[in-house]
Amino acid sequence: MKGFINLIFSTDFVYSIFRVMTPLLFASMGAVISDVAGAPNIALEGLMLMAAFSGMYFGYLAQSAAVGLLMALLTAVLFAGVLAFFTLYYKTNIILGGIALNSLASGGTVFLLYLVANDKGTSVSLASKTLPNINIPVIENIPVLGSIISGHNVLTYVSVLAVAFTYYLLKSTSLGAHIKAVGEKKEAAESVGISTVRTQAIALLLSGVMCGFGGAFMSMGYVSWFSRDMLSSRGWIALAAEAMGRQTALGSAAASMLFGVADAVSNAAATQGLPSDLVKTIPYVATLVGLTVFSVRLYRRQKEV
Amino acid sequence: MSEYILEMNHIAKIYGNGVVANSDVNFNLKKGEIHALVGENGAGKSTLMKILFGMEQPSRGEIFLRGEKTVFSGSKEAIAKGIGMVHQHFMLVESFTVAQNIMLGMEPKKGLFIDQKEAVRFTRELGERFNLPVDPEETTKNLPVGLKQKVEILKALARGAEILILDEPTAVLTPQEIDQLFEELRQLKAQGHTIVFISHKIPEIKQICDRITVMRSGRTIETYQCEAVSEQQISNAIMGCELNTSIERVKKEYGSANIQVRGLSYTDKSGVKVLKDISLDVRAGMVFGIAGVQGNGQVELVDILTRRKAVQSGEAKFYGEDISRTDQKSIRELSFGYVPEDRLEQGVAASMPISENMISNDLGNNDFQKHGMLDFKKIDAFAKENIESYEIRCAGGSQPVGMLSGGNMQKVVVARECGHNPGILIAEQPTRGVDVGAAHIIHKKIIKLCEDGASVLLVSADLAEILKLSDVLAVMYEGEMVAFFESTEGLNEEKLGLYMLGIERHGPEQIRKAVG
Amino acid sequence: MSREKTFQVLRTAVAMLAAILVAFLIIILVSDKPVESILIFLMQPFSSGRYLGNIVETAIPLIFSGLSMAILFQAGLFNLGGEGVFFMAGIVGSIAAIWLKLPVFIFPLVCIAVGAGTGILVMLVPGALRAKFNANEMVTSLMMNNICFGVGCYILNNMMRDTTVSSLVSYKYRLASLLPTIISGTRVHAGILVALFCAALVYIFLYKTKWGLQVRAAGANAKFAKYSGMDVMKAILLVHVIAGAVAGCGGIVECLGLHKRFEWTALPGYGFDGAMIAMLANNNPLGVVGAAVFVAYLRVGADLVNRFADVPTEMIAILQTLIILLISAEKFLHKYKQRWMEKDIQIEEVQHEGVH
Repeated sequence: MKGFINLIFSTDFVYSIFRVMTPLLFASMGAVISDVAGAPNIALEGLMLMAAFSGMYFGYLAQSAAVGLLMALLTAVLFAGVLAFFTLYYKTNIILGGIALNSLASGGTVFLLYLVANDKGTSVSLASKTLPNINIPVIENIPVLGSIISGHNVLTYVSVLAVAFTYYLLKSTSLGAHIKAVGEKKEAAESVGISTVRTQAIALLLSGVMCGFGGAFMSMGYVSWFSRDMLSSRGWIALAAEAMGRQTALGSAAASMLFGVADAVSNAAATQGLPSDLVKTIPYVATLVGLTVFSVRLYRRQKEV
Repeated sequence: MSEYILEMNHIAKIYGNGVVANSDVNFNLKKGEIHALVGENGAGKSTLMKILFGMEQPSRGEIFLRGEKTVFSGSKEAIAKGIGMVHQHFMLVESFTVAQNIMLGMEPKKGLFIDQKEAVRFTRELGERFNLPVDPEETTKNLPVGLKQKVEILKALARGAEILILDEPTAVLTPQEIDQLFEELRQLKAQGHTIVFISHKIPEIKQICDRITVMRSGRTIETYQCEAVSEQQISNAIMGCELNTSIERVKKEYGSANIQVRGLSYTDKSGVKVLKDISLDVRAGMVFGIAGVQGNGQVELVDILTRRKAVQSGEAKFYGEDISRTDQKSIRELSFGYVPEDRLEQGVAASMPISENMISNDLGNNDFQKHGMLDFKKIDAFAKENIESYEIRCAGGSQPVGMLSGGNMQKVVVARECGHNPGILIAEQPTRGVDVGAAHIIHKKIIKLCEDGASVLLVSADLAEILKLSDVLAVMYEGEMVAFFESTEGLNEEKLGLYMLGIERHGPEQIRKAVG
Repeated sequence: MSREKTFQVLRTAVAMLAAILVAFLIIILVSDKPVESILIFLMQPFSSGRYLGNIVETAIPLIFSGLSMAILFQAGLFNLGGEGVFFMAGIVGSIAAIWLKLPVFIFPLVCIAVGAGTGILVMLVPGALRAKFNANEMVTSLMMNNICFGVGCYILNNMMRDTTVSSLVSYKYRLASLLPTIISGTRVHAGILVALFCAALVYIFLYKTKWGLQVRAAGANAKFAKYSGMDVMKAILLVHVIAGAVAGCGGIVECLGLHKRFEWTALPGYGFDGAMIAMLANNNPLGVVGAAVFVAYLRVGADLVNRFADVPTEMIAILQTLIILLISAEKFLHKYKQRWMEKDIQIEEVQHEGVH
């Protein structure tokens, strides 16, 4: 137990929070943008999974991490486009569309994995590439702070930028104003010639970009291979974070951080010889509890009047 | 170039569900006129205007704008060609400021971002130019209805609208606000704007319009010079035939007060006291009408009585029993019916059959059950009986309610709520968006219920309806009851308007007569 | 039948056909012997009693998960917790099947009851949170899936792992607890009877009882249900109880009838399958049976192709996605529908509508 507590207060642990938070930040920003536009993308999990596969595979083919990242982004955007096409053009219920895409990702990646690696579990037999870690000059030499903030994967820094991007997009740009208008009252947007379909499609594609980054990080940063269902419900946890953040960029980022801590604790606990089956559930229990507390508070507040 | 700025020839529109909204419509506009488009609800006015505004594509027909054949693929194109529309239900994003709403879709930019200062400046200037002053930085949801309408008109003008379509602009306004609107419209006309004025209030039309086009059953019947026709002629053209909609009333004594309200007040989430010390009695055999401009506490009063809002202070009793501890479920155990304002929001389940919609309020009793199962023989018989007596146009009781027209849907709601002859009926805008024929049937049923000894609380913005049905009548203004009339004799819409706007009010003694 | 309904049936058929065509496409791309593979995929499942039996036995869990989802969808709830329920009910039911001692006929029934009870408890977590506090049931149910999996694995590893076998499986169940095979020469077990019984019960509940009417009303328009004096909270809870019980039955029936010991090492994936089957069936419990058989047929076909030509069975996931997307696409084939409906409408005739 003492060892565990020491671990929690080590710089390594804080460093690991940023590491595990990265995909959550990307996905929750994707959730914010699409949800504010009134087209909630619940396929985050599936989009990230497909991006992770694509990044691993094309990175391996081209022997270039940059190509892998690019293909991961393209893949996620492409399938976000499929979701947009069906929900906006063919009027598929967006929740069902999201369910369908998640199921496609889960089975389809295993299907392809078997074709390319002759394995239904992982891609370790393929020598795929990873994206570089970056040391920040000056800061890296500061004790404690340097070892927490510096030396992360490049996408971890991008994820922080993604939060800033989402925040300013919604607050100060005309696209953001259109997204908000479409989400709150699409008739109003339509009446001044803003196309709901187009705006929601853009929002979904942007959330696809976020998922592309998140997926690429998983197979080319977090670990250096692809394995089946490797997102382990991070896309869903991000949705919970977005709900708790009340559809705002900063609130959702804060909630993502909270779940990142739970994830890091779970990882740390696993190294301490605690029963791994149970320890693995910590992030999910945390999410369940977090969402419950949030919902109860919201319910109370609404009930007061 | 012809004398018309716009011509629409032989327009037809058939919707996916098979509804024929327009079948052979011819409509034209001269530059600088105010042109009325009249007809019953469901006559096809709104569809025609949606086609003109590019929101719907016609199935057939041609549109000529300034002499050129034009096809609008969307409202964006219509806006670009100088057409603006003020919808009956405002198209405003409530959480945005006035400036944000007006600039939506044409935001001024500074680099990547919106130039907020420029947006405010532009809005203020625009308001001054057209003599429609607004506060650009106010949040839209805080504005009164009249101002929201101004924002809507400005929104269209900001986009260079020359043809302005106003869809029932006076429906939500007080008589005095209407006068102001007309003044503004005359100014716009003087500046060369062409205005389409959709309405079904004939006196208003006579007052402001130059020409008038009458629609009936999806067709244009005739276009007249306004001064050349009488109100009766227009009315006949709208109805197609003479329709006697007056209702015979048997005068009789009132019974005991089934609804008793004492000192009811309500403070909303933002701390505004929206209901102030309301007291009234609705006695058996009485229709108690409540008039008032929308948003003056009527909704809150109804919400409290139908148990969607808590009784904060004061008292409400049904049949002498306090209802503050009941909820939406247990209130149904009393003999109680409620015709809600928005039928699609809570009045029906659109995807479910007519028959199941007609018994949804009766599952607490065992009337339609046998051996713990639903008794469909009885349910179907009940539905069939109602379909006949309310003249509901449908393919049978198993048809989903959502396939019906608005008026027939409303009849389903009324049939259900009056189905078991409740002792209390609360009716909120019972004939809004309903055609004259259906409204007449609904009115007859309400009166019948009342004659059978029910207490009816009628809340309506339709003053003609409220004057026709009410035995006694109260006016609400800013959450208060400001007038009470023991009889509607000698009352008219203009008189009520003064009370509705808070210009006049009755003394406390007169108000107190609402009790007892 | 109205044109509206005919059209719905037609669209479902087109979606099924499209799925089969996509299967062809995948086989052509992947297989070395495409023509034989396609023939195997299409025809072989019908070629022998054993394969037909495979279809039925594959359909059994699909019926349970489809029913569970259909009832949730009818109430407008998107709960994907079927996965976790199947797994957890299997685990807890296994405890009963390994350690209890009961007579032949009663033993499996008790195990099924234990599974159903477990399912109810698991489902009630997202159910109660939704009913009482309006917490998003989709996210909570997915979290429950992962939690069930972790807790289930812990129990499996620490309580009932059969160490004489190298793979991770439980001890064998007692013989008396097993569901007997009912068609000799196949593995079709008595679970099919339980499944059909459940389908009938769920149908009666949804369409013939007042609670079913309330559930459907709550799903169609919750505000309307409340306004009509229905208890929406109770309806949501009830739906979760029934969905949990049905999915729980499915989990333990699969273990008792087919595996004869607990051998899932990952979540079995029935949650998503159930969603697709419910949609194919338009959320009608009787339709679920047919939809489950169709999907089972695709599975058995895919399985045979896999053995013959090394096309991974996961191609099924791609077909399923397509089916869900097409069936729920309101505008899919809309143009044809529009044209077809317009045929019925004589403009002159309709003009009389609304004239009084």
